[in-house]
Amino acid sequence: MKDLPDSEERRANLKGLGCARKRVEDARFTQGKGNYVDDIKLPGMLFGDFVRSPYAHARVKSIDAAAALALPGVVAVLTAKDLEPLGLHWMPTLAGDKQMVLADGKVLFQGQEVAFVVATDRYIAADAVELVEVDYEDLPVVVDPFKAQEPDAPVLREDLEGVTEGAHGPRRHHNHIFTWEQGDAAGTTAAIDASEVIAEETIYYHRTHPCPLETCGCVASMDKINGKLTVYGTFQAPHVVRTVASLLSGIDEHNIRVVSPDIGGGFGNKVGVYPGYVCSIVATIVTGKPVKWVEDRMENMMATAFARDYWMKGRIGATKDGRITGLHAHVTADHGAFDACADPTKFPAGFFHICTGSYDIPVAYCAVDGIYTNKAPGGVAYRCSFRVTEAAYFIERMIEILAIKLGMDAAELRRINFIRADQFPYTSALGWEYDSGDYHTAWDKALKAVDYAGLRREQAARVEAFKRGETRRLLGIGLTHFTEIVGAGPVKNCDILGMGMFDSCEIRIHPTGSAIARLGTISQGQGHATTFAQILASETGIPADKITIEEGDTDTAPYGLGTYGSRSTPVAGAATAMAGRKIRAKAQMIAAYLLEVHDNDLEWDIDRFVVKGAPERFKTMAEIAYAAYNQAIPGVEPGLEAVSYYDPPNMTYPFGAYVCVMEIDVDTGEHEIRQFYALDDCGTRINPMIIEGQVHGGLTEALAIAMGQEIAYDDMGNVRTGTLMDFFLPTAWETPNYQTDWTETPSPHHPIGAKGVGESPNVGGVPAFSNAVHDAFRAFGLTQTHMPHDHWRIWRTARDLGLHG
Amino acid sequence: MIPATFEYHRPDSVPGAISLLQQHGDDARVVAGGHSLIPMMKLRMAAPGHLIDLQGIADLRGVEVGDTIRIGALTTQSEILAHAGLAEAAPILIEAARQIADPQVRNLGTLGGNVANGDPGNDMPALMMCLDASFALAGPDGTREVAAREFYEAPYVTAREEEEILTAVSFARPPRGHAYEKQKRKIGDYATAAAAVLIAADGGRVTSASVAMTNLADVPVFSAAAGAALVGTDCGPDAVRTAVAAMQGDIDPVEDNRGPVEFKRHVAGVILARAIARAWSRA
Ligand SMILES: Cc1cc2nc3c(=O)[nH]c(=O)nc-3n(C[C@H](O)[C@H](O)[C@H](O)COP(=O)(O)OP(=O)(O)OC[C@H]3O[C@@H](n4cnc5c(N)ncnc54)[C@H](O)[C@@H]3O)c2cc1C
Repeated sequence: MKDLPDSEERRANLKGLGCARKRVEDARFTQGKGNYVDDIKLPGMLFGDFVRSPYAHARVKSIDAAAALALPGVVAVLTAKDLEPLGLHWMPTLAGDKQMVLADGKVLFQGQEVAFVVATDRYIAADAVELVEVDYEDLPVVVDPFKAQEPDAPVLREDLEGVTEGAHGPRRHHNHIFTWEQGDAAGTTAAIDASEVIAEETIYYHRTHPCPLETCGCVASMDKINGKLTVYGTFQAPHVVRTVASLLSGIDEHNIRVVSPDIGGGFGNKVGVYPGYVCSIVATIVTGKPVKWVEDRMENMMATAFARDYWMKGRIGATKDGRITGLHAHVTADHGAFDACADPTKFPAGFFHICTGSYDIPVAYCAVDGIYTNKAPGGVAYRCSFRVTEAAYFIERMIEILAIKLGMDAAELRRINFIRADQFPYTSALGWEYDSGDYHTAWDKALKAVDYAGLRREQAARVEAFKRGETRRLLGIGLTHFTEIVGAGPVKNCDILGMGMFDSCEIRIHPTGSAIARLGTISQGQGHATTFAQILASETGIPADKITIEEGDTDTAPYGLGTYGSRSTPVAGAATAMAGRKIRAKAQMIAAYLLEVHDNDLEWDIDRFVVKGAPERFKTMAEIAYAAYNQAIPGVEPGLEAVSYYDPPNMTYPFGAYVCVMEIDVDTGEHEIRQFYALDDCGTRINPMIIEGQVHGGLTEALAIAMGQEIAYDDMGNVRTGTLMDFFLPTAWETPNYQTDWTETPSPHHPIGAKGVGESPNVGGVPAFSNAVHDAFRAFGLTQTHMPHDHWRIWRTARDLGLHG
Repeated sequence: MIPATFEYHRPDSVPGAISLLQQHGDDARVVAGGHSLIPMMKLRMAAPGHLIDLQGIADLRGVEVGDTIRIGALTTQSEILAHAGLAEAAPILIEAARQIADPQVRNLGTLGGNVANGDPGNDMPALMMCLDASFALAGPDGTREVAAREFYEAPYVTAREEEEILTAVSFARPPRGHAYEKQKRKIGDYATAAAAVLIAADGGRVTSASVAMTNLADVPVFSAAAGAALVGTDCGPDAVRTAVAAMQGDIDPVEDNRGPVEFKRHVAGVILARAIARAWSRA
């Protein structure tokens, strides 16, 4: 009789769900053996570089490229005039607007692409950029979205002159893009007006930038012999890029291959289509040579997609004892020069209407006005699902402000208003169906872990000591209970340029019991090659170490909508599980044949099918795979492959409870994070180590955003934060220690109950850090001060409260 | 972020470097660690046609610690941090060097480059003024010494002539009471405000004091009045207040991304008070 390894050992051998498997990517990355876009070198490759506008708003009177073209090594200088005959001087945005590829008559933001220089080497291209002479006539600049709406504000988008109907309804001003509403306006106003307590505040979530370590870039290569265009690029959604490239260029989609190689971070910055891609494609078609374009850091921060820039005006009502009666939100959204937000088509403000958060709010309303200004276009979801971070920041600030108005403890106010575990699935006042949650349990666990009552006592003592002049440091306790909405999403209401937001997985089991799986998503550091293999290991019984995960090549991977908005696990992860189940179903038929029993007489046991009641009679998945390729099995096709396209029935709703304890020096504005506790509930936990890593990374980005990171403009529209000297990217030095924790409330509709976690820490982290700053000053009368909470702004808050004596 | 074209030279002697400077005039720049110059070249804010690398010149290296301390211009911040003799003789240098940028920058950035650069954001110039250091400048007509306190004229404009090379920095062994206090937004940032303080004391009274400030005017600021305000006192609250007020009269900060003028003045005061307290505690 065979030696039967016990089931625990077999399960461990799989490294499936729940295993803290080490990241298989890291051997490559930590040795500098990754393969990024800038590592791609093709024979005869040319290099592109942009002439960019120094002005935020100006007419382009003429462009003289003669001197540049005379420089040896310069191959071409493209301007809008060259692109116009191809219809490519403008391109559609994901948000239903259009955007100049190269300046067409005017420029609308500093750093805008004006001309594209192509040369035989990167250095010559840079020199030639200096030689292109552009004659500008400056125009009045508007960088403030409120001033942009004044009647005599400068007209930014002359191309839209007289266009009163935009992609998302009527435009009421020449700089107005859309108004988007959700909920019951009249009912909400009535409910709040009738409330015993009303709090009102405007909360600004400043403009920032995802700033991935690797900037955006591509290598486009047109093979004139076979008519095939290959584009390597930093794309978070390679298939969408292929479809867009086909629609724009007229090249048949089968003749376009888009490859996302290793990507050095995306965070939403690499979802959109940028002028550099279009120009590189045009340039390779024109020259017949491969063309590489990789932006530098300053270009990345100045010209590719920013995030946030939401002015959120809130009104919240409650009873005297703290039951919320209604929530009203109005957002002025600064979209910059073109509406290039990357949201599902029907959601011009993303999922901002998740802004009722974790609370059972009977009636709510939100409206968002999109506005043009002389700033860079974008509005991407920087490590969050579409506008979810803005929404979470809004509600978590409003709760704190309401607590102040009520004179109540903010933790208690949250507890009173949480959606209860027995209310799930829960339909929010703004129309979302929350799949699952247990907020009270998470909250109590968090407060206990940090000894919340003890912290409050310490804080009270500190305030007294401060008043007695014994210390100049205040203590802030930043609370957050966030609820996210991730995993876009159901095809019935979510699409990108008409492509439904399903995702996909294709699996091939090899005869010797190993496998390759390809997905429509693309990892940018999330560890897909590690975690998706774990899902498959649990579903198919093939050890994760024997499964290759491949993504990013549109010639081989099944069509998918890419990776952003924490959608990979909720959507592609589900497709992976479903494809695995198809494999298992076929494997069961094969096993039944081999064991000469009926299908129904078999049961699945970790990595094998076993005859019910006869545990010594079984076939392992490896044996079944071999048989699938080596034996004629009546009624069963040879081979063992499966494809699944998964259209999720709903989004998933991860949540979490964060507590930040912060010391603040009122004289210098410096802060020190003494403790940060993060409890995340992302449903079924696939790989706890990867979750922890994602939480650490996301919290660090949240720290950056809350405490210093911004894209700031002066009144002339000059970017004041164009380098990493001024744009805050934390190092290990600024990063505090994080204490992670979890609860596990599976999603009822996801095949393995998983929800997505990569973005939670950014969504929940920003309000936790910011609330800590606010909370430190609560005893001295502060209700709201805007991020980023850098030294001088904290100092100003203290000064305005009279704390400098 | 790609510099304009330039010719690269690597002389092996000071006279060799000087003759290259003479030959190419204001089209030439010397480069030491490159951590101020090369970023400016990448931004094309500087576009020298000739880059004269000093790294091949052995005479610009070396540290001598006696009653006088002499540090060769090419000595890197990391070398300063690792030097046991300096740690004992001039610990303020260590305290300041440790607050410059990050290890990568410190591994290449030189003391000579830091003080010759003429950027008010650099930390070493104010420290050198505080130490009353002197800079050795070698030119076509020989070598002269210029006091750090006389060296800085305007942003990026110093007493160094175009054809001169700064070869070494020297200063007398400083008193025990010292502090270099710096506020910055993050690692790798220049100072929002920084203060260098040296204090000698006898019998519970300050016998001499020296104060200089970084990044609070368009040049590094030596505040003789602030130092004078401490002499004869026990660095008590009144003395500190007087010194801070005197310092406020000497600085002239401008608004930038680090904050408005009022904030910088406030922080300068706090930083100086802290530096005085620490220096006093060590005096
Ligand atoms: C990210 C970053 C952060 C930084 N933060 C700080 C900081 O916090 N504090 C700080 O003080 N500095 C900071 N620096 C600057 C750094 O310390 C530089 O190394 C230093 O300013 C210049 O020294 P260098 O040897 O690199 O000089 P280089 O860059 O080579 O030269 C600087 C200038 O000095 C001239 N020069 C150099 N050596 C001589 C010489 N011997 N004789 C005559 N002229 C000479 C050059 O021609 C040039 O004009 C930072 C730099 C970076 C990149």
